[in-house]
Order: sequence, then structure tokens, then C-alpha cells
Amino acid sequence: MIDLSIKKTQIALRDKKFTCTELTQSYLDRIKQTDETLNAFITVTEEVALRQAKKIDEAGDFSSPLSGIPMNLKDVICTDGIKTTAASKMLENFTPPYNAHLYDRLLDGGAILLGKTNTDEFTMGSSCENSYFGSSRNPWNTDYVPGGSSGGPAVSVAADQSVFSIGTDTGGSIRQPASFCSVVGLKPTYGRVPRHGCIPYASSFDTSGPMTKTVEDAALVLQVIAGQSMKDATTVDTPVPDYSEFLKEDLTGMTLGLPKEYFGEGVEKEVSDAVMEAVDVMKKLGATIVEVSLPLTKYAIPTYYILAKSEASTNLSRYDGIKYGHATDQAKELEEIYMKSRSEGFGDEVKRAIMLGTYALSAGYYDAFYLKAAKVRALMKQEFEEVFQKCDALIAPVSPILPFKIGEKSNDPMAMYMVDVLSTPINLAGICGLSVPAGLSASGLPIGMQIVSNQFEEGKLFQVGHAFEKATEWHLKKPQL
Amino acid sequence: MDSNSNDNQSKLTKADVKRIAHLAKLEMSEEDAEKFLPQLQQIVDNAKMLEEVDTSNIEPIAQITGIDNMVYADQIETQNLASLLLAQSPQTIEKGMIKVNNIL
Repeated sequence: MIDLSIKKTQIALRDKKFTCTELTQSYLDRIKQTDETLNAFITVTEEVALRQAKKIDEAGDFSSPLSGIPMNLKDVICTDGIKTTAASKMLENFTPPYNAHLYDRLLDGGAILLGKTNTDEFTMGSSCENSYFGSSRNPWNTDYVPGGSSGGPAVSVAADQSVFSIGTDTGGSIRQPASFCSVVGLKPTYGRVPRHGCIPYASSFDTSGPMTKTVEDAALVLQVIAGQSMKDATTVDTPVPDYSEFLKEDLTGMTLGLPKEYFGEGVEKEVSDAVMEAVDVMKKLGATIVEVSLPLTKYAIPTYYILAKSEASTNLSRYDGIKYGHATDQAKELEEIYMKSRSEGFGDEVKRAIMLGTYALSAGYYDAFYLKAAKVRALMKQEFEEVFQKCDALIAPVSPILPFKIGEKSNDPMAMYMVDVLSTPINLAGICGLSVPAGLSASGLPIGMQIVSNQFEEGKLFQVGHAFEKATEWHLKKPQL
Repeated sequence: MDSNSNDNQSKLTKADVKRIAHLAKLEMSEEDAEKFLPQLQQIVDNAKMLEEVDTSNIEPIAQITGIDNMVYADQIETQNLASLLLAQSPQTIEKGMIKVNNIL
């Protein structure tokens, strides 16, 4: 029962094939059996999950869209009374007094919380190796990284430890681990899902979205968590469409663009070959394929890290050892409390981000770095808008490279940043992207395809992704554990 | 600023790393400063490629979906969060306030 999609699990629950408590217990058992190896979970909320399941069984009502579906949240999404650590020593013992708005929406939808999953510290990283609690491991080969920062969420779905998870994506953190672990990952448009209660990294980029076993499931979950929130002034009143209407199995009338810069230098051949094979499938489904160009792509990495680290440096100034989080016991004066608490509480990548951001925002460098990058960002948004005049969606790899070995890049921050070269442009433009399983390398490692569309066009992503999924079997492949 | 002075300015030294760390309220040992210096230098050098992009007459962007000034009715709501929030503090609480160490 633990390998089913949301849709199939719900049918089984409604037909009384098993109870919600039996289902939840099966997932808890699976976590117990596999997580010593995979390290996907930071906290398992067994008691909460079984209590929520019992309530659903007693009510016997499976009419809500996620009724009785066991899931987990990346450990940067606040949960009232349940530890939320951001995988940092700084928040190792932090228990929020309120829920993130998106978690309240999931609870209203009937979902069951199995636990909180692993991430790079404060979501800064592309491999999950920057977690204070140790890296998660890729279930396809446990010597390899699961991707990041939403490594725990991706592993938990790939290894059938949960039906779905909610990750966050600031520069690729949902799509890249989804690609590395062969699950579906949606980065919604900026402002489509409320950020309230999600521990911030870079506020003008941060998004939260579903990581699932099928495209249809991603559409179901987005339906529940999307929409304007009075708790987040950057959410918009753009109506949330009925996403199920986009789940057709044919692409006639759709134009898909292949941005040539996303297939160029630095993209491994096995990756681009797999995506081109997927393009052939979509052509057979009726799509028109056109080549397009996004010449500013090569500037995405510096533009992204200047802006994201600048925002991070201000966001993370709240951790001072006074209001909450880690406090040093080695200080006499106030400033010493700040300096020592922060130095003890943050890991190296977070320190690098804070220092780079502080530098880019400081007097004398602000114009050359922060302001320059904010202008390049405006140009990149414009470039995407022009491309979407010519096509409905773009098709590209998610990651230019296959999953890499644990430790391979952990001492080379610049090499790690470059991994995000094909995912950060989507965050810079505030548009939406979906990662779907599209192949396996000769060495048996997953390859993901990225479908990208304009702001608030998630429906088009679901249409293309669902049609591709129905015509292929990559999403059915499972790692041997 | 012209590109020459920019080159000079963005050549980082260990003293710069320590100054930035201090601005960011991070303690920085000699050892750490030595470790971070080449990493930050490499990242800053890479960012210089942005100079190639012509951004004259371009307005910088920070709000990507184009919304501004979201307003809502200014109504007082009772939250009763004060004691819960104070309980989060790792410092001593006295009379509903967080007691901190000396400033000097």
C-alpha cells in the first residue's frame, strides 16, 4: 500500500481496502526500516500522525482532497509544537508556536504529518551535505547525494516513506533533488503559495511546492496549498484554476521551446540525450517544437548568488542568541552574545552566504554588485517574457550533471553553485518549473526533465508533464533498497 | 566607478574578510579567515562577469510579480502570543522582558 499515488491511496481508503491508521503505521514502519541508511527524516512525528489518522478513521469521511494521505514537510516549514530546525545547530531546539499557513491548508485538506525532513542548513546548498544532521542519501545509490536542498523530501518520496512531501525552492531546491531521486517536483510561481511560516532564505525568491510520485498528485497538492493569504502580502489574488482540467493526454496545439543555452557546454551528454528523447515523445503526442534562445542564461549564477546571498544576510541577522535559537554560554557583553551565538550556531555555507551578502550590500560595493545584479534580473525576466510569446512552455534538463558522490564537491563552493545553472534562471524570473523523471543513466542514476512556463501558468506544466508521464514509464521505476 | 578601481577594490585581503565578518556579527579566527578568503575571492571574481551586460536605463527589480502596496484593514486582533514568544528566548525573562548582558 505504500507505493501508491495520492489518487490511488484515496480510492483504496474510500473502498475500505485498509484504514488510515493501518496506512499510517505502514509508512512509519517503512521509515523505521529504511531511514537509518537514508537519513531523510530529522523528526518523525509518530504520535501526531497516529492521532490524526485515528481522527480520520473515526469520522470515516474521505471527501477532502487529501483526506488520510500521509506526508512530510521539509524542516523549514513551521509546525506548532513540533521542532523545526532548518537543519541548523542554530534552531536545533526551536519549537514554533504557530503553523505555516500552507501546513494549515494541508491539515484542512485532511493530510497526515509523518515528520519533518532533511535539507541543507537554512536551505543553502545543492546536495543536502550542509545539514547539521548529516546528509541524506540517494536511494538509487547510497554513495551519492540526493540533491538539495530538499534532499530529505525527495528521498522520502522516492523510497516510499511518504506519499508526498512539501519542499522549498529558492534556486532549484525542489526541482534538482526531484531530478536526482526520480520524483516529480513543482516550483510554483513566486507568490502562488504563501511563504508565511516558512523559514526564509532569500525572500524575493523563496517558494514552496509539492514533491510527489506523479504529475497528477502535484496538481492535487498545489490545488490545496495555492492561493492568496492575508498572512503573506506577496501572494496575489490571481484565481487558482481547477488544475485537474489540465490533465489531458495529448499535446496537440501546444508549442514547446528548446532553449539552446540549456543544452550547451557543461551539460553531460547522457542528460541532454535523455531530454531530447523526451522531446521526441512529446512531438509524437502532438506538440510543435521550436528552438529558442535565452542568451542571458550564462549570467544566472552570479546574478542569483549576489541577490540571494544579499537577502540571506539580512534575513539571517534575526538570529542573535536573544529572541530564540542557539545562545552561547561563553559571553559577558551583549555584542559577544551576538557574535559567539552566530559563530557557534551557523555552518560554513551559511557563514559564506552571510559574508558575501554583507559585502555585496556594503557601502562602495552596493552599486557594482547588488544593484547591477538586480538590473540583470530585470533583463532576464524580460527575456523570458519574450520567449513565452513564441511558446507555451520550455523543455530543458533540470541539472546539467548526473547525481554526484557524497563529498565530491563539498569543499568547492563555486563548483556547487554551478550545479544550479539551469534552475536559478526560473527563480530569477519568478516563473514556474516542474521536474519529471525522464531517464536513467548507464550507471543507473536518475535524469530529470524540466518543464518551464510563465508566471501563474502551472496548468501548462501539468498538461505537458501528465501527457509525457502517461506515454512513458520512467515515473514507475523504483530504486532497489 | 570605472572598471580599474573596481578591480582594485574587489581584491580581497584577510583583513577585509575579518571586517566583513565583523559587520555580519560573526566571529572569525585567523584560520577561518584564511579558509574563506580564496572562496569569497573566487565568487566575487566570477560575479564580475556581470559587467559585460549592458544595463543602462534598466530599472532594478526586486518584486518579481509586479505587485506593490498590498493593503488591508487596520484592525486590532488579539493574538495572545506574547508569553509563547517570550518563552522562546534562551535569555533570562524578568517581568515580561528579556534581560540581556551589559552593552559595555
